[in-house]
Amino acid sequence: MSSYRIQGTTGEWEVVIGLEVHAQVTSNSKLFSGAAASFGAEPNTQVSLVDAAMPGMLPVPNAECIRQAVRTGLAIDAQINRWSRFDRKNYFYADLPQGYQISQLYHPLVGEGHLEIDADEKAGILEAKRIGVERIHVEQDAGKLMHDQHPTRSYVDLNRSGVALMEIVSRPDMTSPAEAGAYLRKLRAILRYVGSCDGNMEEGSMRADVNVSVRRAGEELGTRTETKNVNSVRFVMQAIEHEANRQVDVLEAGGKIVQETRLFNPDTGTTRSMRSKEDAHDYRYFPDPDLLPLELTEAFVEECRASLPELPDAKRARYVDVLGISAYNAAVLTAEVETARWFEALLDQGAEAKQAANWVMSELFGALNRLGKSIEDSPVSPAQAAELLTLVTDGTLSGSLAKQVFEKMLETGDSAGTIVERDGLKQTSDTGAIEAVIADVLAKNPGQLEQYRSGKEALFGFFVGQTMKAMAGKANPAVVNELLKKALG
Amino acid sequence: MSVDHATVRKIASLARIAVTDDQVEAMVPELNNILGWIEQLGEVDTSAVQPMTAVIPNVLRLRDDVVTDGDVRDAVLKNAPQAEQGFFTVPKVIE
Repeated sequence: MSSYRIQGTTGEWEVVIGLEVHAQVTSNSKLFSGAAASFGAEPNTQVSLVDAAMPGMLPVPNAECIRQAVRTGLAIDAQINRWSRFDRKNYFYADLPQGYQISQLYHPLVGEGHLEIDADEKAGILEAKRIGVERIHVEQDAGKLMHDQHPTRSYVDLNRSGVALMEIVSRPDMTSPAEAGAYLRKLRAILRYVGSCDGNMEEGSMRADVNVSVRRAGEELGTRTETKNVNSVRFVMQAIEHEANRQVDVLEAGGKIVQETRLFNPDTGTTRSMRSKEDAHDYRYFPDPDLLPLELTEAFVEECRASLPELPDAKRARYVDVLGISAYNAAVLTAEVETARWFEALLDQGAEAKQAANWVMSELFGALNRLGKSIEDSPVSPAQAAELLTLVTDGTLSGSLAKQVFEKMLETGDSAGTIVERDGLKQTSDTGAIEAVIADVLAKNPGQLEQYRSGKEALFGFFVGQTMKAMAGKANPAVVNELLKKALG
Repeated sequence: MSVDHATVRKIASLARIAVTDDQVEAMVPELNNILGWIEQLGEVDTSAVQPMTAVIPNVLRLRDDVVTDGDVRDAVLKNAPQAEQGFFTVPKVIE
């Protein structure tokens, strides 16, 4: 249980949250037609007569969409229903040419599953927590309406119409905005590892309907509201925060919560009632007579299972237990599938795991951050990075020289070996050369030498610095330390 | 099961079918007749019978995930009462 509570004027309130996430299935073509499912095409160019609901058109399901939903179900340890069925959800709206959405109400493809959110003390999540997923069903997306193109007309683009969505319905197991945020991030990570959804919330590939209710500790569940189509983790957290506080205000003023659909305004962080007519939710579901029940063979399900990659939780545990990477580094390196892929490519090139992890976390992330690039666009490849790390391991480069070489790699795209040769950045352990420089440094700083010898030992660092500076950072720090100690007697 | 005037009006409205008072008047007994006739099926004990989901002994065929259709905007918009710049246009609907 999270410690999150709303402080009302009459006492504390708990918040109960469930999320329905709509995730666009990664596929070439639509759920029931052969039109392209990609984003951003000219209006109505990715529409078949099936998607436009012309009379006599029949839907034929896309095997890949079914496969991706099953893989997603397996990734959250869910029951895969060998027998499921499509239903019609009837309503009228200008973005829905059929007059119904083909969905799955009574017999969804995927049943009960779960995922785990991680402890995050800063966010008030005191320990890892399992969040139940009630079901995943497959359904069609609707078209898109544009209201700002004409003073009296709305424009309709059906390119999205019929694109496959997974609706992933959680149990009301979350009790704070932070937990809801953690659930969304974990779900997004799993979808991206599995490859069933790109998780791109800006392009609308993933959006959430947020169910919120409040209650006093230990009481029955309160009446909930549903805030529709919230399209970022931050907005979901804001919507919960606002909605929970609004409900507490209403209840404490003696009012009642109306079960209703609400809209989130990202500019103000507030929600408002959609004031729809009540019967808008009278969907009159019935089995779609155009489609036979969907029956899966064991072979199909097993193929889906065998095709799953190592998932984030398992990967993180392996990084800690097998590779010896710190828990924090392992969590960061496995949070995004691209980061994990890049890191593992680096290990495949022979880099040592702990050294590689530290380097990626500090040097690479620092550089990417500065350059405003993502890891997929890293100017330095895993092979180039592995070469740099090898030069550190074999003593050719000190840590600070490696930083210099890495900067030059980013600037020029040249390999570490080339830069070391060309710019003479090799670390030297040549005791003769270092001794000569030390003698020179001591001669030039008689005052400091005097103070050091009379007991001010903190000046040792000063001599190290002067020596390194005189050698342009190329001296092996361990050798410098040793020789300085000798020289200073 | 039976329907009254209000239910008939509601169903008509959900289906976006305009009905006059006279039509509702005629439709209430007509629908109740049909419902009563179908309700006779309730006399049969079906507690041990699986619901029939399809009349043909076939499995649902799935297609491969390839783009085989679309890019037919003119055909798609051909019957639209109004279209502009490649969009269908409808009376402004905004909530």
